[in-house]
Amino acid sequence: MTQAVFYILAVSAVITALLCILSRSTISAVLWLTATMLALAAIYLLLNAEFVAAIQVLVYAGAVMVLFLFVVMLLNLSTVTTDLRGPATVAAAVVLVGLLGIQLAALWRYTPGRLAAEVSQSPALADPSALFVAGDVSRHDALTRGVVGAVAAPLFQTYLVPFEITSVLLLAAIVGAVVLAKRRI
Amino acid sequence: MTPGMTLLGPALGLSAILFSLGVAGVVLRRNAIVLFVCIELMLNAVNLSFVALAQLHGASGQIMVFFVMTVAAAEAAVGLAIILAIFRHKQSVDLQNINLLRG
Repeated sequence: MTQAVFYILAVSAVITALLCILSRSTISAVLWLTATMLALAAIYLLLNAEFVAAIQVLVYAGAVMVLFLFVVMLLNLSTVTTDLRGPATVAAAVVLVGLLGIQLAALWRYTPGRLAAEVSQSPALADPSALFVAGDVSRHDALTRGVVGAVAAPLFQTYLVPFEITSVLLLAAIVGAVVLAKRRI
Repeated sequence: MTPGMTLLGPALGLSAILFSLGVAGVVLRRNAIVLFVCIELMLNAVNLSFVALAQLHGASGQIMVFFVMTVAAAEAAVGLAIILAIFRHKQSVDLQNINLLRG
């Protein structure tokens, strides 16, 4: 059942991503990407990451995509005929992306057991049995500490300093965006 | 083993497909905004593999997703502001017309 739902969502994600990179008008590319992101949010639910799914819908499909749509609206672009590059570039891109896809598709065959076996064979930085405990860590964390607590506890303990640094990053991004978008630089 | 764990391989495969599509979009399109959209697609593909592997490795993977989202939001804000500034200057977002550094 979960498998069937996953494959339906995966196919819809791939189709909407294809339409996104091939659609002529900018606004439909942005809207197709929003559809891809919503499909990915549903996949996160299947992968026991409920909080990430909620944030994906709120921040990505909500805020970031609205930002894109605002810029598309502000620019008032004319619907161009097509902006695909020439045939030589298209052929080179197909070869390049095909090779990349084949390399990355090797990941498809990974199962938890195989991953643990490969890590235990290589010279390990950490004890593999500690990294890959038997069972489902996300599900276990969510059951013991709650869906938000499982994410919040390490975020505000182990990753507190990176978390604070992201606030500086966001401040820099806000100031930079305001300065760049001002009428006279 | 819960149902989510059996999805590890397929989720990584989907992540690979989406990343390749994002790369294809960056190479093929000349519209600067569509290029940014494709970069977001690639970031989403990486997020998917983080979430898939977080099932084995604990919540650290999910926290990386938050950091990726923060960086993506900051990048989108600054990048779109740059596109706005370029559009005001050139009246176009076609990357073929933006060749100031070509020499």
